[in-house]
Amino acid sequence: MNEEELVEYFRDQMRKDPDMASAVAAIRTLLEFLKRDKGETLLGLRESLTSATTCLTGVDSSVAVSSGGELFLRFISLTSLEHQDLSRCKKVMEERGELFLEKISMSRAKVAKLCHTFIKDGAKILTHSYSRVVLRVLEKAAGEKKRFSVYVTESQPDAAGRQMAEALRELKVPVTVVLDAAVGYVLEKVDLVIVGAEGVVESGGIINKIGTYQMALCSKAHNKPFYVVAESFKFVRLYPLNQQDVPDKFKYKADTLKTVENFSEEHPVIDYTPPSLITLLFTDLGVLTPSAVSDELIKLYL
Amino acid sequence: MYPSIICPTEGPDKKDDMQFDRAKSEGKELTKEEKQRLRKEKKQQKKNKEKKDDKASQESEKEKKPLGSAAPASQPPTQSTTQKAPSAVPAPAPVSVPASEAPVLADKPAKSKAELKAERRARQEAERASKQGKKGETGQQAATSKPKAPPNELQPVVKRLPEHIQVDNPDVLKKLAKKLERQQIPLRMDYGYKVSLFSHLHQYSRKAPLTQQVSIPSTVIHPAVVRLGLQYSQGIVTGSNARSVALLHAFKQVIRDYTTPPNEELSRDLVNKLKPYISFLNQCRPLSASMGNAIKYIKKEISNIPSQCKEEEAKSKLLNCIECYINEKIILAAKAIAKSAIEKISDGDVILIYGCSSLVNHILCEAFEKSRKFRVIVVDSRPRLEGREALRRLVQKGISCTYVLISAVSYVLPEVSKVFLGAHALLANGYVMSRVGTSQIALVAKAFNVPVLVCCETYKFCERVQTDSFVSNELDDPDDLIVTRKGKTHLKDWQEVPSLGLLNLVYDVTPPDFVDLVITDLGLGMIPCTSVPVVLRVKNVDQ
Repeated sequence: MNEEELVEYFRDQMRKDPDMASAVAAIRTLLEFLKRDKGETLLGLRESLTSATTCLTGVDSSVAVSSGGELFLRFISLTSLEHQDLSRCKKVMEERGELFLEKISMSRAKVAKLCHTFIKDGAKILTHSYSRVVLRVLEKAAGEKKRFSVYVTESQPDAAGRQMAEALRELKVPVTVVLDAAVGYVLEKVDLVIVGAEGVVESGGIINKIGTYQMALCSKAHNKPFYVVAESFKFVRLYPLNQQDVPDKFKYKADTLKTVENFSEEHPVIDYTPPSLITLLFTDLGVLTPSAVSDELIKLYL
Repeated sequence: MYPSIICPTEGPDKKDDMQFDRAKSEGKELTKEEKQRLRKEKKQQKKNKEKKDDKASQESEKEKKPLGSAAPASQPPTQSTTQKAPSAVPAPAPVSVPASEAPVLADKPAKSKAELKAERRARQEAERASKQGKKGETGQQAATSKPKAPPNELQPVVKRLPEHIQVDNPDVLKKLAKKLERQQIPLRMDYGYKVSLFSHLHQYSRKAPLTQQVSIPSTVIHPAVVRLGLQYSQGIVTGSNARSVALLHAFKQVIRDYTTPPNEELSRDLVNKLKPYISFLNQCRPLSASMGNAIKYIKKEISNIPSQCKEEEAKSKLLNCIECYINEKIILAAKAIAKSAIEKISDGDVILIYGCSSLVNHILCEAFEKSRKFRVIVVDSRPRLEGREALRRLVQKGISCTYVLISAVSYVLPEVSKVFLGAHALLANGYVMSRVGTSQIALVAKAFNVPVLVCCETYKFCERVQTDSFVSNELDDPDDLIVTRKGKTHLKDWQEVPSLGLLNLVYDVTPPDFVDLVITDLGLGMIPCTSVPVVLRVKNVDQ
């Protein structure tokens, strides 16, 4: 399976199910790649999978795609592959890959189950930009017959917040779109803030659409709880110390990375929120405090 | 994270949707439970015999409770996040020497050993029974959010404090004197007036090293150890890595010169031979956390030597172990840490360092060799002025440096992009124990929003918990603070002024909120400060 086929398959997956996380689509593509791979050695297989992941991040530069790919590789090779025969090994790896995929497709439902209890009746929620996980959580809460209203930030430059507002209107949830600059203004009215994440870093902080850091700082100043909902395949082995420390490859969209030479002209599309501003993280592993994220990562990687 | 297929020791009735760690822990518990059951049965039989003697001496032995249960008691509270380790520990703990630095209480000839043992066993039974009951509950929790809550210990006794922080208690001093007398090591006298807040710590004078009271040639203490003790007390060998390496080399020499006396086993006799050396070194200068861990490791290795092993073979095995330890935990760890740390050093950085940490110097030299462009600000403080040594090493490599004293730190911090600190030890609650002045630097850096990175090898992670710098510290020679300027020595007669006390602290603790990142080895790379207990837990499980 060469690069174009890979990219085509990936795009296809994204088209077929727009509700699916890009990381899940990437993992499906990698699984397909594994099935079609004609390599002879395990090491070669690992290398080709790594290069496939790199290729996919070239299409969609979000943190989740690279973290998902790394976790997939880790998960399938975590077992002791004692079989001498490569094809048997590959079979085992494929089975585990399918299992991994099955588990993560259920992760959003798990997160929603955990989080909707934190939304009380009559709550006013603030959220940022368009996040399918947050949508799922709010869907579940609405399904439980809870009455709440939502404020969504417009989230420029792509106005993704309006998309979120549309989706919420279909759920019959009262929603108001506010400007990104109005977060401080609106915070005294809200009870809690829920955002999604594109990536969860080792320190327990998150990488998300630009404007999240501001929102977190304001909620800290107003003493409002700041909740993050994220699936566990978004945990990534990065440790940024500040905004500057986030690698460039995540900051800009994939097309920008390829075409533009001088990044100082471009505006980054994501920012980093440090763990001190986050109250709780809802993941399919459970409800975690930011310091527990490192705990989970150590358990996985040590 | 993705359990069922990975874990081989999973019980048959627990399948999907179980967290990996719970599966792992329950698998291990099953096998350990079986072992405990066997042990329990054996002990029950013995216990029934001795139960009569036990009841009779129950009252008179109440004061001796700390002896037996302190050893198992010291383990569970510190390993607060696992139920597995404490259950495995109680049986060997009171029989072998408690591995911590807690001193062995002097023998009271009035009690018989059998009675004490029976007492201890009865207590262990009670503890284990209560733990079994608790295990049923704690195993069911879906506790993934936080590290497992400490099992409620029904210890009826107070946790015993180490003697080196109880200097103002005359009973403890008496016990220490007796112990040293038994080991034939001279007792070092405290020197000078101690500031009242720190009167519970030892304060020695450098002008009276312990070696003056040791007869030459010493029959009890190996000359390499005597030399080491002198090097420690005079400040010739300083820095936790240097002290640990020197200690291990001295012990290697001891092992080389050791011969097993007839009718003795190497594994037990050598450990007993090492005890007076450790007391001696402790008297010369209190042991550091890294040295403590190294000694624990050596003692464990020695006691694991099988009895049928020949002496030469055993000795070479031990020497090899020590070499490996030094290589893995110190030298290779430094390389691994440097590799991770270099990712955090970018071109144009201004890095602030404090004092002289061998690890931080190594990292900066490596980064410079990998052609990173940065400059360094070295902060120094009296009376040790260790920063000068760091400055010398960095300038020799060609790194551009600035040198300031700690009083100028808030002046210099606005231009700093990162702070790199070394550590003497990382405590189990995430606090960083380091040279005095470190927490000050971390505090000011936090106020200026400058990231603080602590670099520390995993062998310095210790299970102690401390929240302030008072309870356990080291007091250096107060005469070091006396300085002669322009021909005048103002503090020369400080002892004669009754209200004047000189305080020369060596360590302080930095809370984890001030530290942004800990860089360590063992494949962990960068972890937040709050994950130190996780690493300790995982390390203990591995061992």
